[in-house]
Amino acid sequence: MTEQVQNKQLVSPGELLCEGDYLVGENTFRDVDKVYSSQVGVVDFSEKRVSVIRIKGPYLPRPDDLVIGRIVDILMSGWLVDIHAPYPALLPASEVSSQTGRQVSDLSTILRVGDLVISKVLEFDRTRDPLITAQGPGLGRVSTGKTVEISSAKIPRLIGRNGSMVDLLKKETRSHILVGQNGIVLVSSESPEGERAAISVIKMIEREAHTQGLTDRVKALFEKEAK
Amino acid sequence: MIELNFLHSEKDLIDKDGKRIDGRGLYDLRPLKLDVGLLDKAEGSAYIEHGKNRILAAVYGPREAHPKHIALPHRAVVRCRYHMAPFSVDERKSPAPSRREHEISKVIREALDPAIMSEYYPRATIDVFIEVLQSDGGSRCAGITAASLALADAGIPMKGLVAACAVGKISGKIALDLSDAEDKQGEADLPVAYMPRNDRITLIQMDGILTQEEFEEGLSLAVNACKDIHNRQQEALKEKYLKIKKEVEVEPKMAGGN
Repeated sequence: MTEQVQNKQLVSPGELLCEGDYLVGENTFRDVDKVYSSQVGVVDFSEKRVSVIRIKGPYLPRPDDLVIGRIVDILMSGWLVDIHAPYPALLPASEVSSQTGRQVSDLSTILRVGDLVISKVLEFDRTRDPLITAQGPGLGRVSTGKTVEISSAKIPRLIGRNGSMVDLLKKETRSHILVGQNGIVLVSSESPEGERAAISVIKMIEREAHTQGLTDRVKALFEKEAK
Repeated sequence: MIELNFLHSEKDLIDKDGKRIDGRGLYDLRPLKLDVGLLDKAEGSAYIEHGKNRILAAVYGPREAHPKHIALPHRAVVRCRYHMAPFSVDERKSPAPSRREHEISKVIREALDPAIMSEYYPRATIDVFIEVLQSDGGSRCAGITAASLALADAGIPMKGLVAACAVGKISGKIALDLSDAEDKQGEADLPVAYMPRNDRITLIQMDGILTQEEFEEGLSLAVNACKDIHNRQQEALKEKYLKIKKEVEVEPKMAGGN
């Protein structure tokens, strides 16, 4: 068992990570006794598991993910939603509001093409397009705020450990921030300054997601602002 | 007489000091410059300057397959378009895809396909666009090198990077990385795309005649050149991120000193 790269080192696809009896984690693959990276990212050795935290990459929906999507088409009994995944999501009419059962003949009176919806992934397994719901607390059509699009691979960094990063951001900019797992972030604040500040920090987190000590740097930034 | 001069110029591809027309030795690569992630709209992109070649590669997807009937149930479809800009060559090239471009698109797709873990995205497509802005011989190889970087930049899972380089025979000698003039006047051209990670050749073509010994010498030369190019690819992929890392990870110490 030998590690060929250091922990937290930046690697590229096909780079040898380690040899021997390791567990193959995310974004890595095994070839006989060697484990390689399949992505550009940061290596993470934790005990016997080796994985790569990727820097960029497509969003693949997982059940229970909160996603923000845009309506792209109205179907017979539901909507087609672009959630920035390789597959369009299906939002059935029955998953929007319990009242909109049979009596609504024109779905565009509820959601129109171009509307943003906060939704949750119900089902997805790559053999079929993802199924989403807009029924539940906090879900539904977006009426206010600005959206920021970042790579979905950087969402864990924006949220932080147990939500520490996004909580810090909310508190310091006095904004309401909703993070979609698909990389779309909704920011709304009472003041335009707060909104602008939040957006610029989100962009900074995206740019520096692969570096260490990011939370401290964001904290320092706000402390400097406060002075 | 002019035509005869042209025929004779074959002999002049190597001068008496063993230098080629652009001053390189027989086994030297042309200057190489790689740049990654320069297009905002594309999921991944790369730019390569290989000699006088200037090529832009962009990757879109994985995205929904259109038309729907091309989608495959077990893997993503990889599509590739190699295209030369009308201004990329001396004489204006018609922008319509030519027979040659169709063929090169196909061989590039097949050269990249073994590297892409396409089974991760069934029913989707991955679109690779290679746009030659200026052409100088060996553009399919430079295109592959750039496209493989663009794929990695898009965050598409890959089994390794593909690097490509050509060898050829000029004035009776095997030479690495032919330029446009050498390609046209030389005796043979052998483009090779290679995945150093698992020691696999993903593209090999030959134009002209080589003996078995010449072929073997040329192939090992090309493979070694691909390994060098591969190292440059890895550096290019990481460079952008390392720069940011270096820039920001120093700062807190300075701030702490205040």
